Amino acid sequence: MAALFLKNEMIETDPASSSGGTFNRRGRRYLSRLFERESSLGVILMLPGAFLLMLFMAYPFFLGIWLSLTDSMIGRLGHFIGLRNFVDLLHDSIFHQTVRNTFVYAMVTVPFKAMLGLGLALILTNRMRFSNPIRAAVMMPWIVPTALSALGWYMIFDPVFSPISWLLKSLGLITKNVNFLGDPKLAIASVCLANIWRGIPFFGITILAGLQAVPHELHEAAAIDGANAWHRFLHITIPAIRGVVLIAALLSIIWTFADFQLIYILTKGGPANMTHIFGTYAYQIGLAATDIGQGAAIALYMFPILSVFAILLLKYLRRE
Amino acid sequence: MVGSRTLGRQILNIYLPLTLFVVFLLFPLYWMSIVSFKPTNDLFEMKFNPFWIQRFTLENYLYLFQNTDFPEWVKNTLIISLLSTAISLLCSILIGYALARLRFPGSNFLGVGIFLAYLVPPTLLFLPLAQVIAKLNLYNTYWALILTYPTQLIPFASWLLMGYFRTIPKEIEECAMADGCTRVETLVKIILPLSTPGLISAGIFCFTLCWNEFLYALIFMSSGPMKTIPVGTVSDLIKADTLFWGSLMASAVLGSFPIAFLYSFFVKYYVSGLTAGAVKR
Amino acid sequence: MARVILENVSKIFGNVEAVKNFDLTVEDKEFTILVGPSGCGKSTALRMIAGLEEPTQGMIYIGDHAVNDLPPKDRDIAMVFQEYALYPHMSVYRNMAFGLKLRKFPKDEIDQRVKWASEILGIQNLLDRKPRQLSGGQRQRVAVGRAIVRKPAVFLFDEPLSNLDAKLRVQMRAELSKLHDRLQTTIIYVTHDQVEAMTMGTKIVVMKDGVIQQIGAPLEVYNHPVNMFVAGFIGSPVINFFPSRLVSNKDRLFIDAGTFQLPIPEKKASYFKSMPDSEVIFGIRPNDIYDLQYAPERLKENVIKAVVDVIEPLGSEIHLNLTSGRHSFVAAVDAQTSVRVHQEIELALDLEKMHLFEKDEPNLRIKTAF
Repeated sequence: MAALFLKNEMIETDPASSSGGTFNRRGRRYLSRLFERESSLGVILMLPGAFLLMLFMAYPFFLGIWLSLTDSMIGRLGHFIGLRNFVDLLHDSIFHQTVRNTFVYAMVTVPFKAMLGLGLALILTNRMRFSNPIRAAVMMPWIVPTALSALGWYMIFDPVFSPISWLLKSLGLITKNVNFLGDPKLAIASVCLANIWRGIPFFGITILAGLQAVPHELHEAAAIDGANAWHRFLHITIPAIRGVVLIAALLSIIWTFADFQLIYILTKGGPANMTHIFGTYAYQIGLAATDIGQGAAIALYMFPILSVFAILLLKYLRRE
Repeated sequence: MVGSRTLGRQILNIYLPLTLFVVFLLFPLYWMSIVSFKPTNDLFEMKFNPFWIQRFTLENYLYLFQNTDFPEWVKNTLIISLLSTAISLLCSILIGYALARLRFPGSNFLGVGIFLAYLVPPTLLFLPLAQVIAKLNLYNTYWALILTYPTQLIPFASWLLMGYFRTIPKEIEECAMADGCTRVETLVKIILPLSTPGLISAGIFCFTLCWNEFLYALIFMSSGPMKTIPVGTVSDLIKADTLFWGSLMASAVLGSFPIAFLYSFFVKYYVSGLTAGAVKR
Repeated sequence: MARVILENVSKIFGNVEAVKNFDLTVEDKEFTILVGPSGCGKSTALRMIAGLEEPTQGMIYIGDHAVNDLPPKDRDIAMVFQEYALYPHMSVYRNMAFGLKLRKFPKDEIDQRVKWASEILGIQNLLDRKPRQLSGGQRQRVAVGRAIVRKPAVFLFDEPLSNLDAKLRVQMRAELSKLHDRLQTTIIYVTHDQVEAMTMGTKIVVMKDGVIQQIGAPLEVYNHPVNMFVAGFIGSPVINFFPSRLVSNKDRLFIDAGTFQLPIPEKKASYFKSMPDSEVIFGIRPNDIYDLQYAPERLKENVIKAVVDVIEPLGSEIHLNLTSGRHSFVAAVDAQTSVRVHQEIELALDLEKMHLFEKDEPNLRIKTAF
């Protein structure tokens, strides 16, 4: 270990060191040298965070893999059963539905969030009065705790008290209240709506920053070259923010895939499992039904999909 | 530019869409607020327009404070959020500095590892983590959350702070070290004071995330008085037999208020923290 | 006809008057340069001609059409920006073709024009590269090329050479002059560098604080500056100013600068006779001050003495920083001068080239002849 520390050391002239002081003095000096050398200090500084991440992230990750290969129940450690959990899930129709739901949830909401976010960003680039309060206002869905705003949607979608139903009825467009969250055909759409609502500010603010990074001379040069507003949008704006939008979209896909709160609070995965996603189904099987082995397997099915997106994200970031 | 400022065009291109966005984005919050200030019985009055308040009342809020564990939830959420933020910030400062300035064995590995850790979602880990927490006997204690939240906070906060530290010119540090500072002293006396915007951004990000966190709090805290605001509101205020909307919304509004309040003072820190992720420097 | 006229144009930002009462006529095929220190309004004036800013007041005509309400794309102009503003995701070819494609030019014509422009600028081998793969000088040429292909009525240049290193700048100056000669179009050019203004323009417009100080051919502005600002801004090294008195002694007029007195040449004296004993600013350019040993014969009677503080040998000439009493000034003398620092030197002044300015703002030059 000492050899490791000797690699990038700074050459120190310390005439007093060789005269053999007390052990304490030598010990303290060794300690301070540990804190001075880049190679040792770096390791020391990362220890606290690395420790927490190891214990509460890395270890559980591998534990999860182990659990998924056993038939453990909560409170009872199980035996190794190989890939049986994973195979059982492949025959589970609810799991099939879950996978379908998750893909729909992620792949439908992200484009909407991106486009609406882009629209919002384009509006916000204009100089206007009250721009600060307005920006604060449009950030709200992202700021407010998801669980609490989900409760708001829970009521907005309520079969009895929904203001949307009230409005549609008073306009004469429908006669019966809409059962947004109880109707198997509507539930996933309602949940997507709430998710889109929450996600617009993230895209809006991120794209806005990207828009503001475009030098205005580029727009001016294009205007002189003959481009009208639409041409400038197509040839200047879009190429300039392509990277930002892609990064935000990849992050959003990863987050939406791994979502839990919104669906749990609105529908708990129902009705008839039409809104279950990986997270909620793993919760139901792993904790409610206490089959922790299979629950872990459900969660792990997410991993390859997330990895694909994570690798794409990493590659793209490296390129930028 | 000539031709771009006519009033008609402004209304069409800017103000009309903007109004639609603002209405859409604020409506649910508006709804929650007005329901919290209405007597719940009023919801049944068919002739009342639900979109505004006919009779203003604070009874829902009083109920919240007198008949529920809401005050406990506030205390729990506050303590957990503050302590988690403190721990995470400390770890992130150290990691951020190490990654930004020092060359040491394993730094590349750490950098990639931190990034990957950011992408690992709680939904992947919560089941085995529940076992770990149970085994450490931390179930239903503050520490269950205070020690696990940093796993969600440290990756992004380290990365954010690393970026901030990098913008401080190396010369300033070198000057301080020539003047006699040790590395640790330059971190504390020079880098940190110069990074206050970054620290504030990271701090706000951490605090907000702790306050909003749901899954771990749901699983690790089982008894009413130990729950956090989001979990308590969802699990204890939705009752099958009695009317609950008023107090439910009151709890949701009050639970959101501190974050919104914090946000309004620190907008630019919040935004810069958010955009540090996706916009290349 | 590509004449550009600005009539009483003003631009106010908030409560700052960036451009005031701007009147200018640029004739067809002229190379007009707007020059002045930063903040003088020259870029604002150019941007108003381009349509990137709207004048608060006044009319702008391009080719005899009033263009105040026309957006930039309809004004038949092309502009080269200081930062080049090349489209980063397009190749050089596409950058240059962009404007033509928007205007629906046929493909052959676009191709022909791009090739033609790229040959003029020597960038025909770079057509497939992206801007980030080019050097600063190359990017600048592409920016010029993008403007040329459109064959506009007026070219606008906004400090295009400011981002180039000194040597490249000198080279590009000559190339832009040759370009103007070849293309025979109207050019309006903005710079803060008076050397560029003097060497490239057929007409220069000196600006300060949003107001035009003087319009004229380069040599005219150099030899007959209308006030102290113009005299001090144009010409390198900077003109010397001596606060002095005009005194009359035995029917002759003298400049009394304290430590020296100089007789005013007969021809000029008549203009100043009406103001004896007044305080004036005496101006003379460093190139019109000679080391007495190497001065032309006719100047040998206008001699002053001064102490040398700094010697700057430039090779072709030597710049001396001198002190005489409370006056500090610069002389550009013959390279053979053998004086040393702290030595006293005798200098001869060419008073035919002298200027007198009023002591008070706006320090107008007291006219002698035009």
